[in-house]
Amino acid sequence: MNEEDADRAVGRLLREHATRHRAGDALQSAVRTEIALEAAGQRRQAAPPVARRWHWPAWGLTAAGFACGVLATAITLHLLPPTDGSRALEQELASSHVRALMVAHLTDVASSDQHTVKPWFQGKLDYSPPVKDLAGDGYPLIGGRLDYVAGHPVAALVYRRHGHLINLFIWPADGQAAPTLHSHQGYQLAHWRNAGMQFWAVSDLNGEELQTLARLIP
Amino acid sequence: MAHTRDFEALVLPHLDAAYNLARWLVRDEHVADDMVQDACLRAYRYFDALRGDAAKPWLLGIVRNNCYAWLEEQRMSARWVAHGEDDELLAAVPVPPDSRGATPETELWHAYRRQAVDAAIRALEPPYREVIVLRELEDLSYAEIAQVAAIPIGTVMSRLSRARAALRTALADLLGTE
Repeated sequence: MNEEDADRAVGRLLREHATRHRAGDALQSAVRTEIALEAAGQRRQAAPPVARRWHWPAWGLTAAGFACGVLATAITLHLLPPTDGSRALEQELASSHVRALMVAHLTDVASSDQHTVKPWFQGKLDYSPPVKDLAGDGYPLIGGRLDYVAGHPVAALVYRRHGHLINLFIWPADGQAAPTLHSHQGYQLAHWRNAGMQFWAVSDLNGEELQTLARLIP
Repeated sequence: MAHTRDFEALVLPHLDAAYNLARWLVRDEHVADDMVQDACLRAYRYFDALRGDAAKPWLLGIVRNNCYAWLEEQRMSARWVAHGEDDELLAAVPVPPDSRGATPETELWHAYRRQAVDAAIRALEPPYREVIVLRELEDLSYAEIAQVAAIPIGTVMSRLSRARAALRTALADLLGTE
């Protein structure tokens, strides 16, 4: 065998048998989280709260486009208003969580200060969602944003737990219900009602840590 | 936001390649995770620097730099600490399957070949290991490898040639059975 053939044989052996290490789900998720947080942080530096107003119409357009998409989905899925905890709603919340990470549109207001985040929702929603920083309990608040679920504007709060992000969606609902766990395409969802609001927490965290969060929120 | 979407589309598809390179260079899964995560963050911060270049060698270049920095740190601390090489070395000398039970078709034989090939790649020094991993496992061109490793194409070719010669010797038994 000449050297060239021998090299080709080595190449073949390697290609066929050597281990190709692949990035695990945890790494994929950690990278997306880092990027999303970085993008949120950059926006905070780039746009101080007062100067944000000019930015709002542009964002509104995006939101409108997004809302259209959601509406189309809602129609296709015959989705009821967001008082119904259907599978379609879980799907939509999981998608919203993923999208927030993917396009790094994680927060409109990036702040760990609940007194900054809570007033930010005024005038954007006709209700006032409870906002609480839980850094002391290991769930620091990253910020908040306006999201659309089944065509309704809802409050989304973003918390961090170790290397993972949690989207907490909040909108009004009657009644009381203890947290129930659901899972959708690898994401965990916790749902509960309290004090005139309903809460959906979505994350790739395990269910237990979502329930801990549920206990910490009013 | 457009910035982030471009990054998603151009850079993140190469996460597997990035991890494979890191894992082969640092030989530890958790360190490899850290190397890749940090490289991605750097890549995101300096994404504007990626002008018309291919994203894959660009990202792999950042991963490689991180890994070499880490290897250098290990080398420095190894002077002071009598340090046990990573435990993978214990598995570096695979035992050939019992020739009576194992025919070339059995799982055992397949596992043996994988171990032997992996061990032979691991035994290469990092500058040779990386060109082999990039060429044979990640299918990069000579020019792309030159970009990742920041060396001239001629050096890529001579390192590949030396690496293959070493692998031919290490894997002589297996090459005979192919």
